[in-house]
Amino acid sequence: MNDPVVAKRPAGSGDPGAARGVAAAPTASEAPIPPTPAAPETTKAPHVRPGDRIFRGLATGSGVFIVVLIGAIGLFLILQAIPSLGLDQINFLTSREWNTTDPANLRFGILDLLLVTVIVSILALLIAMPIALGIALFLTQYAPRNLARPFAYVVDLLAAVPSIVFGLWGLFVLGPVLFPFSEWLIDNLGWFPLFAKGNVNVQLGGTIFTAGIVVAVMILPIITAVSREVFDRTPRMHIEGAIALGATKWEVVRTTVLPFGKAGYVSASMLGLGRALGETIAVMIILSTTTASFGWSLFDGGATFASKIALAAPEFNDTRSAGAYIAAGLVLFVLTFVVNAIARSIVAGHKEYE
Amino acid sequence: MSTNLADPTRLATPPTFQAVSLSRRIRNGFATTLVWGAFLIAIIPLVWVLYTVVQRGFPVILDGDWWQKSLSGLLARQQGGGAYHAIYGTLVQGLVCGIISVPIGIMIAIYLVEYGGRSKLAKATTFMVDILTGVPSIVAALFVYTVWITYAGMGRSAFAVSIALVLLMVPVVVRTTEEMLKIVPDELREASYALGIPKWKTIVKIVIPTALSGILTGVMLALARVMGETAPVLVLAAYAPFINYNLFDGPMASLPLMMVNERNNPTQAGFERLWGAAITLVLIITLFNLLATVISRALAPKTK
Repeated sequence: MNDPVVAKRPAGSGDPGAARGVAAAPTASEAPIPPTPAAPETTKAPHVRPGDRIFRGLATGSGVFIVVLIGAIGLFLILQAIPSLGLDQINFLTSREWNTTDPANLRFGILDLLLVTVIVSILALLIAMPIALGIALFLTQYAPRNLARPFAYVVDLLAAVPSIVFGLWGLFVLGPVLFPFSEWLIDNLGWFPLFAKGNVNVQLGGTIFTAGIVVAVMILPIITAVSREVFDRTPRMHIEGAIALGATKWEVVRTTVLPFGKAGYVSASMLGLGRALGETIAVMIILSTTTASFGWSLFDGGATFASKIALAAPEFNDTRSAGAYIAAGLVLFVLTFVVNAIARSIVAGHKEYE
Repeated sequence: MSTNLADPTRLATPPTFQAVSLSRRIRNGFATTLVWGAFLIAIIPLVWVLYTVVQRGFPVILDGDWWQKSLSGLLARQQGGGAYHAIYGTLVQGLVCGIISVPIGIMIAIYLVEYGGRSKLAKATTFMVDILTGVPSIVAALFVYTVWITYAGMGRSAFAVSIALVLLMVPVVVRTTEEMLKIVPDELREASYALGIPKWKTIVKIVIPTALSGILTGVMLALARVMGETAPVLVLAAYAPFINYNLFDGPMASLPLMMVNERNNPTQAGFERLWGAAITLVLIITLFNLLATVISRALAPKTK
């Protein structure tokens, strides 16, 4: 109910609004019909009541406000980040060190943060994508009609659980449960870099592996909700045609629902990716911090952009050190902006989803 | 040897409708199992998380003190006290955020549905609302930190938290309101115009009341989501184990902040505070979700 609306967003610029927009022009002059003899009045510009002008101004102003707001977010983050970037003693993009304790000697680079953020998000996405596809198909095609709504509500409940609760659950409950499995992976598949022994104590569970699974759970509802909306729009005719040709349930799904909804599903996954990249508190609580740099193992600790900022935030006091974190936040903002914009443009390119 | 020719049950032509072949049936069954499995897999973490929270937190909130006392003057290992201060913080920050976001969000939605049409600004606004939906809460918090604390020179306060929450709540309010305004039938608007009623009055007196139940439901859901946000409180407000009624000055606790603070407390008291705060937060969010359902039922336009 909350953000899934994004998929059918283009509808906003579609028929009803537009029809009304056109209708708005004549209604602006809905002053009482002038008596016929008063011919000169028709040549005057249509009278707009002050109430209308004020209200229209307020509404348009709010629209402008939101556009300006996004610009302001980018602008202020840049303004705040630039001085610190200038003071940075090492390369911001390619360095793995992060030390901002001495504002006179700032040494910060985002490479490690970027890698950990991307690995956590991709792991989460790999887990969540197939499951979300399954749930979306289940809710739209398989679930008994009268149970589909309650079931959908249950999946949406996942989105209502605060991320900090997921974080605590991940660290204190899921982590210990995963430990034997993690250990088995390290012992048996340790030769493969992703499953190598990491730079933190696996027994504590504060690994990228745990974080990825928890984030996967957290992005399930958004991917499911958006995919569901698209799958629901599969033309009835396509489905009935497939049934008439003797297709089994699965063949109906494979030949009609999936081809129709593919782009929407990809877009939904991108939205999920955007969420995963920005997920803050759950990751902050779960991931063990470490001074060692990221070694491409799922059993490493470390920090993502968001968790690094969140960990340091309460101690922000020097603008120069804070600027280093704001620079990291800026990179995160740009990343999520791009991912979300791509997700939106995918759907915008498909008129049949309206 | 009996040949096919001698078989009396054999048909001259194969039947038009043949049974679904085994491999197709297997594939179909396999897909059905997978799809049901996916749903069940998603239920596991939900039930597991809720079970954990209830099992660990429920005994704590049964104590009347939990709702009436703060942690003022208590050491980390001392049991007792309550979450009164944090509950107050969470509710007040959410409420202030709601008071600011709701008018802005509704006006933006009105602009998009009633005035924007297909104009460039309307398209830009829609796009930006989408982007704002995807802005990570930590980025919103950093933005408010930059503007409010670095440039405006104000201190950390609960009000700064509310502003950051506004950034997260506005897009949700816009989306739900927009959906609701769109389903208000055009006939209602036209009937109003025909009576010579100005457009703004039509919107305020006809369109909004018709869509009110949906809008309020959306607002409640948005509030529920916003109150569980931790990143803004972490960046913009300091924790206080005592009650602070002042929104504009001084540290103020909130349930998420209390949990962040107590998570490293290894004592029994820490455990109780952590999970007590968790279940309290989940309860508050559930309450707002329920409220949303009640409102949508009670205020739905009685057309039929």
